[in-house]
Amino acid sequence: MTAIDPTAHLTDEQIEELGRELDAIRDEVIASRGEKDAAYIRKVISVQRKLELTSRGILLFSLFPPAWIIGTAGLSVAKIMDNMEIGHNILHGQWDWMRDPKIHSTTWEWDHVSPAEQWKHSHNELHHTYTNVIGKDNDLGYGIMRVDEDQKWHPMHLGQPLWNFINACFFEYGIAAYDLELGKNLHKRRRNRPEFRARAAAVGRKIRKQVLKDYIIHPLLSGPSFLTTLAATFTANLIRNLWSHSVIMCGHFPEGVQTFERRSIKGETRGQWYLRQMMGSANISGSKAMHFMTGNLSHQIEHHLFPDLPSNRYAEVAVKVKALFEKYELDYVTGPLPKQVFSAWHKVFRLSLPNRKPKVRTRDRDKELVAA
Amino acid sequence: MTSAALRSRAWKLLELVTTPLLPSDYLDLVSPLRAGADLRGRIEAVHRETADAATIVIKPGKGWRGHVAGQYIRVGIDVDGVRLWRAYSVTSPTNRADGRITITVKAIPDGKVSNHLVRKAKPGTVIQLDQATGEFVLPAARPAKVLYLTAGSGITPVMGMLRDSRLADVVMVHSAPRKEDVIFRNDLHDLVADKALKLVELHTDTDGMLDLAELEKLVPDWAERETWACGPAGLLDAAEAHWAEHGAAERLHTERFRPTVVVAGEGGEVTFGKTGKTVEADGATPLLNVGEEAGVLMPSGCRMGICFGCVTPLKSGAVRDLRTGEITEAEDSPTAHVLVQTCVSAAAGPCELER
Repeated sequence: MTAIDPTAHLTDEQIEELGRELDAIRDEVIASRGEKDAAYIRKVISVQRKLELTSRGILLFSLFPPAWIIGTAGLSVAKIMDNMEIGHNILHGQWDWMRDPKIHSTTWEWDHVSPAEQWKHSHNELHHTYTNVIGKDNDLGYGIMRVDEDQKWHPMHLGQPLWNFINACFFEYGIAAYDLELGKNLHKRRRNRPEFRARAAAVGRKIRKQVLKDYIIHPLLSGPSFLTTLAATFTANLIRNLWSHSVIMCGHFPEGVQTFERRSIKGETRGQWYLRQMMGSANISGSKAMHFMTGNLSHQIEHHLFPDLPSNRYAEVAVKVKALFEKYELDYVTGPLPKQVFSAWHKVFRLSLPNRKPKVRTRDRDKELVAA
Repeated sequence: MTSAALRSRAWKLLELVTTPLLPSDYLDLVSPLRAGADLRGRIEAVHRETADAATIVIKPGKGWRGHVAGQYIRVGIDVDGVRLWRAYSVTSPTNRADGRITITVKAIPDGKVSNHLVRKAKPGTVIQLDQATGEFVLPAARPAKVLYLTAGSGITPVMGMLRDSRLADVVMVHSAPRKEDVIFRNDLHDLVADKALKLVELHTDTDGMLDLAELEKLVPDWAERETWACGPAGLLDAAEAHWAEHGAAERLHTERFRPTVVVAGEGGEVTFGKTGKTVEADGATPLLNVGEEAGVLMPSGCRMGICFGCVTPLKSGAVRDLRTGEITEAEDSPTAHVLVQTCVSAAAGPCELER
């Protein structure tokens, strides 16, 4: 967070021009979407399914250490693929244009305890619309942490490094609780609302199915390898949780990412919305394999600009988006995974304590205030 | 326990293992045509018929229930990655020894699916199918005298009938622009040589369009014949008028290939099927707002076209994407509805949404 608005040098016309240039990038991808892209997602889905089946097959003999290691590694990768490159992106509607009912945001379900329907609401509608707007985007600290100076400090935040670690280990449950807005809905007056109860029941059913599969049926089918398979599926879920938590922390928490005040988005234009996404997200640099394993959320900036473009196209889009950042003299926040993870964790530790200096304001569309 | 009950228990157990997917999601990877799968087919060959028509040989999945000569099937094929559905007549006989079926497709100008099938379809491609349907068929009690009145690709359902069963007295009057445009020309002349068919072949580029007043000269006993007609709307309209005028309407059976005519106008009447409401909408108001103002329960999300929280099946008609001006048309299928984002789509002519 900076005291000076990093977008203050842009005029309103420039911001709208930027918006038009981004629209043009989007149109180009949409016009060229086709058979190759469709083949890509089908291939990824097919590889994921085969990898999961093979890994679970190997784990039937998990009593043998090599089988445990290979099976657990394979299942971890399969679960990460399911959640990241496949689930997250399909649920965004990135592949809806194919009109394949089997690969569609309205029909897809993922290997996760939060039902797709609820996650889509809290993630696509709230987080992506109100990205980094304090008080509107609950992704800023998930309601359990303080990740921006402008968020009010509370003694509870002293424990946030621990909360964050626990959340990382059981991330899928954290997300399910978050999608249910448990913090708000467990309140006496809200807890018995039929709408909340129905959603809680859906989460309960999803948890039961996931637990039954990973911790009862698969171990039982392993016979004498019951305990080792149980350990393997637990480990795979843990690895998936730690990985996805790390990737997602890197999207909006590293240093250099901007947050916004509630009133700054009143009457926001398309150009201003784009600009907020550009300033409110951070990328991860790395190899093709790394991008793939993050579900291309390493291209978080591009994903936030164009959440519904197919993930396999973010790499080419990033080249053009980066050029626009340079043209408009904006800071493209990116770095290797360890650096970004460290930066995000550093913030979690730092902001567990109250602000040292008096509160300063973030970007505001009202330039006079910033200049004053 | 019966074996069926055992199987169903085993299947339930499998579902517990594969959740959140279904066992079929895995089986589809290796055996898309197996019994119990959604009905699909595999393209095995593409034979050119004329410069712009081709016959596609399809191996249908195990769930295929067969067809009656003259019926059509709906085919779902991915064109440029997008699944599109169209209806085509089955041109193979019902008793084909290898169990394959064929459809014959004529590429029409700007026809996405027909051009793809004729020019780009490759053997090995798996396509989606619906079971055969249609009333344009021969009755079980075969009529003594038959007339087939066809033009252009309207010959396709009739070819299915000709190949299926040999009738005693069959006359066919078929029109096409030129000799080289006549689909199945060799097959037709083989049937003529076999004395299985009397053929009147008209080339409209040189002979002019068929005038039904002249039919008397070509087929003097036309009014006594049970007649099946298939071709462009103009021919069928004329035939219906002609047969009615001569009091023979009950002997005329027609099949229309209705390319759904979409009026992509400035707006239109929007029907919300489930709620049973119909309202007028202009071409600039998002369907989401139109629905909400009419008191229809519309799912909604970001209202700016990114979250897909509002997608709704489009049952008929067309909508315009307010961002790009692109028109999306409803699919010609009772099961495969196009899903549209109501927050960024406006009516482009009359349309119906499933809400």
